[in-house]
Amino acid sequence: MIRRLMVANRGEIASRVFRTCRALGIETVAVHSDADADLPYVREADLAVRLPGNTPAETYLDVALLLDAARRTGADAIHPGYGFLSENAGFAAAVEDAGLTWVGPTPASIEAMGSKVEAKRIMREAGVPVLEAPAQPTESDLPLIVKASAGGGGRGMRIVRSLDALDREVAAARAEAESAFGDGTVFVEPYVEHGRHVEVQVVGSSVYGDRDCSLQRRHQKVVEEAPAPGLDDAVRTAMHDAARAAAEAIDYRGAGTVEFLLDPATRRFWFLEMNTRLQVEHPVTEAVQGVDLVELQLRVAESDWFMGWGGEPDGHAIEVRLYAEDPAADHAPQSGVLTRFEIPAEDGVRIDAGYESGSEVSTFYDAMLAKVVAHAPTRTAAARRLAGVLSRATIHGVPTNRDQLVAILRDPRFLAGEVSTALLPEVQVPPLDPAWAPVAAALAIAEHDAALRTVQRGIPVGWRNVTSQPQLTLLDDQPVAWWGGRDGYRVDGATVVAASPTAVTLEVDGVRTTYAVVVGDGAVDVDWPGGHAAYARTPRFTDPADAVASGSLLAPMPGTVTAVHVAAGDEVAAGQPVLVLEAMKMQHTVAAPTAGTVTEIGVETGAQVAAGEVLAVVAETVEEEQ
Amino acid sequence: MLEKLESLDAEHAKAVAGGGEKYVDRHHARGKLLPRERIELLVDPGSAFLELSPLAGWGSDFAVGASVVTGIGVIEGVECLITANDPTVKGGASNPWTVKKGFRAAQIAEENGLPTVSLVESGGADLPTQKEIFIPGGKAFRDLTRASARKQPTIALVFGNSTAGGAYIPGMSDYTVMVREQAKVFLGGPPLVKMATGEESDDESLGGAEMHARTSGLADHLAEDEHDAIRIGRRIVARLNRERRGLTPAYTEPDADPDGLLDLVPADLKEPFDPRDVIARVVDGVSRDNAVAFDEFKPLYGSSLVTGWARIHGHPVGILANAQGVLFSEEAQKATQFIQLANQVDTPLLFLHNTTGYMVGADYEQGGIIKHGAMMINAVSNSTVPHLSVIMGASYGAGNYGMNGRAFDPRFLFTWPSAKSAVMGPAQLAGVLSIVARAAAEAKGQDYDEEGDAGMRAYVEQMVEEASLPYALSGMLYDDGVIDPRDTRTVLGICLSVIANKPVVGTDRFGVFRM
Repeated sequence: MIRRLMVANRGEIASRVFRTCRALGIETVAVHSDADADLPYVREADLAVRLPGNTPAETYLDVALLLDAARRTGADAIHPGYGFLSENAGFAAAVEDAGLTWVGPTPASIEAMGSKVEAKRIMREAGVPVLEAPAQPTESDLPLIVKASAGGGGRGMRIVRSLDALDREVAAARAEAESAFGDGTVFVEPYVEHGRHVEVQVVGSSVYGDRDCSLQRRHQKVVEEAPAPGLDDAVRTAMHDAARAAAEAIDYRGAGTVEFLLDPATRRFWFLEMNTRLQVEHPVTEAVQGVDLVELQLRVAESDWFMGWGGEPDGHAIEVRLYAEDPAADHAPQSGVLTRFEIPAEDGVRIDAGYESGSEVSTFYDAMLAKVVAHAPTRTAAARRLAGVLSRATIHGVPTNRDQLVAILRDPRFLAGEVSTALLPEVQVPPLDPAWAPVAAALAIAEHDAALRTVQRGIPVGWRNVTSQPQLTLLDDQPVAWWGGRDGYRVDGATVVAASPTAVTLEVDGVRTTYAVVVGDGAVDVDWPGGHAAYARTPRFTDPADAVASGSLLAPMPGTVTAVHVAAGDEVAAGQPVLVLEAMKMQHTVAAPTAGTVTEIGVETGAQVAAGEVLAVVAETVEEEQ
Repeated sequence: MLEKLESLDAEHAKAVAGGGEKYVDRHHARGKLLPRERIELLVDPGSAFLELSPLAGWGSDFAVGASVVTGIGVIEGVECLITANDPTVKGGASNPWTVKKGFRAAQIAEENGLPTVSLVESGGADLPTQKEIFIPGGKAFRDLTRASARKQPTIALVFGNSTAGGAYIPGMSDYTVMVREQAKVFLGGPPLVKMATGEESDDESLGGAEMHARTSGLADHLAEDEHDAIRIGRRIVARLNRERRGLTPAYTEPDADPDGLLDLVPADLKEPFDPRDVIARVVDGVSRDNAVAFDEFKPLYGSSLVTGWARIHGHPVGILANAQGVLFSEEAQKATQFIQLANQVDTPLLFLHNTTGYMVGADYEQGGIIKHGAMMINAVSNSTVPHLSVIMGASYGAGNYGMNGRAFDPRFLFTWPSAKSAVMGPAQLAGVLSIVARAAAEAKGQDYDEEGDAGMRAYVEQMVEEASLPYALSGMLYDDGVIDPRDTRTVLGICLSVIANKPVVGTDRFGVFRM
């Protein structure tokens, strides 16, 4: 019986496992890197152990540190979550060797499924269809795709639509791969035009329904749902049988997922891989199957097995992954402080979040902030509910893919069940119409300032007995004009119904809209039914001394340049002398403020310089973050 | 009233327009800001700005506003007296009204202990009227240094010309900021220097910002541009160590809607109105800390004058308000007692004018109306608590004195557009002249020219009427501005906040009360 369980993971999945542990009366242990020390999961655990450092290698991937943490806290079981060491057979074996309970499949199962080639072999032998072209393809196998074994990013890929072309394309692909990657190995696979990614949840060899995870970007799942929409009974039964056969083939223990590629046109499917762990998207299965998969995992680990299997799905569940990323910049991960992070917890909505308001999102790990799951009687109802919850979420400080998720959930093709791996890039996010948000932001700032006043507190904001011009608030360097005074705020084109430091209600053409505003020191965030906008509060004044190009070396006093030690383009270390200035018979060495490259030398030996004159510019060398 | 307010807006717009579109555009084209743009940047965002004497010079040969903007604004949480030359009006040259307006601003700074920030850009004195400026104008420099000595810091931000006598504005200020390539501060320009000593020179070497910051030391700060000068000015104020301690108590808005003030004052000032209706729309409403909005004092005695206690924006005030126009002996004695009471408890006084003066007639003269009026004027004159006056309607004759008219130096005096002020009503004045002229004619045994009399009366009536109207009075600096009645509470709230920069200390010494 497990008494105290350590989760060798972080963030939302740690919280998720702890939640079930609490329900079962199991004590909990968290491990955390330095960057994660203040995340909610660390506080939620009964005990927490610091893993010094930040990179995964020195923290969540360090087997010795993790086992030591378990020993020090007296944990008797380890749950690996997903990612990190969850599919590392060596870790699983080390946990068991240390006399601890491993919440997961046997090291042998992990090992067997860890090798793509080996996994395919086992599956083929078990009668599960595997994605590979027959040695002698026929017309019915078309189209095919030729891929470079060492390739990636689409290079070396060639789609073959007629048998005549096959040999020619293979030769061409081989030549291209040889020159591009130095490795001419190519292989041929069936090409699926609008493939879907459908997977089957198993516990042991019991099937707990299926999920669709076709909506991906950069091979990362974004929207997942259960059950997979639009599967006819024959396909579903065949797929479930294949998954069962796969699990039986390796005598699988615990929760796992068998992934398939489905061609909706031909209704054929192929085994892709098996994940020997709890999936990120397991909540959609829990919702429609009415089970707690972590509880089942723990019962399996405690050898308290039971005869059980999934039933008919109850309604439909959709999960979205909310990422800290900038969809406009090719989904580049974003970091920073989540000044507000509030997702309305409504009926039929589950939020598995790793962060809370005030959390800092670091650059060290996956940028997923939360999973939001909606469960409803029908798929369209679930999609609508989820889109509504997301659009009402308050997320400030870090850009996210929220708007894109809402756009997907409201896209007619998605609602029609036309999911495929190709859909996501086609979904257009309607451009944000900020409309009156800057005005709301400006008025909330005015109210915020008024609340902080120390004199003339009750005098109407912006009151003038002689009016000459509107008040101007600078947001993102743009002025927003408004008038204050006796009758409250006035703006051109709208009526200000109410204003406070946190909310502004405007009426335009007889329609009232309330804007929720959070006024921060440097930024102001506005949420309204049309979306969210963040504006930088441009300072009214900047000290010209601060406006000089950063890295500029200024003459501390008027004088003569007596020596210049560097030239443009030179690399300099912090503190390295750049030039010498003589003034008042004293030598003043001007040194590089940071390590960097000299981009500009404004003077030469013998030059007379005035105080404040730019002598040189050193561009700081920025260390690239991992 | 709404028509009068539209007209007031139009008059204010004249002051705002400065030297007109051509000069405003030229000024902007030089990358410079208008005086009110400078002020808007200088004061805290969203804070109020109470402009003073905006109609100065109205009815004179000079532009409305007198080529300078003065007022009270909040900078870094500190209430400051701000003045700003308007260089679009004849280069910002000072005319006699500019000087008077500056004196009034300096008086307000002095009485209320405010720091002064001067936004300087003036071509000097208007030479055709120099005789009215030169001799009295020296007071401006005297005021600056005396303010400094009273620990009321003075700050000059120099945006442009400040030459000859004007050079002493930065010269006499505690802090001086000059804008690079704009400020020009010297006693004599190149032509004058050439004439005086034969020396060849240029503007920059004689009075450039750079020179004053690095060489003469007259400039404490060299600003890159106008924004930078204002930024530095705000930082200077932030370091004056004048943080206000103690906030005003919580209060609620008036029990009656201030918008109602527009309908209260009858078009014909002959009809009296109840000042309690004004008070209810100006003073703090009932709240936990303010069980009764207005505690009337001596309500049954001298009922033509309402007296009592209230709060405005949390500040306690004693109020004297005319109810029936005429002041009788009872009213004068009641006022005298009330003013003494306010001094006893260090409470500022608010006078709400609508008076036609002290009662005349044999009964009243015999009853000692002069004695009693004198008591009231004695009390008003020697009272040392701050006084505020608002001329709502009539303010005639000695009533203007007893109710703390301009000559009695209220800290602030504002006028409603409905106000009229003169030695007596226009019709009465014309009538008096007519009677006197008729008597003179009769004494000489001449026939009285009735037609001429009618013309004379009409002319005098019109002349007095015009001269007793608010713009004319405001143009002569006889008030601090004409205000929308609905803004009365806000204006008084600002004034009381400004007054609180110095302790309120009542007197126990009055002149001999003639009993």
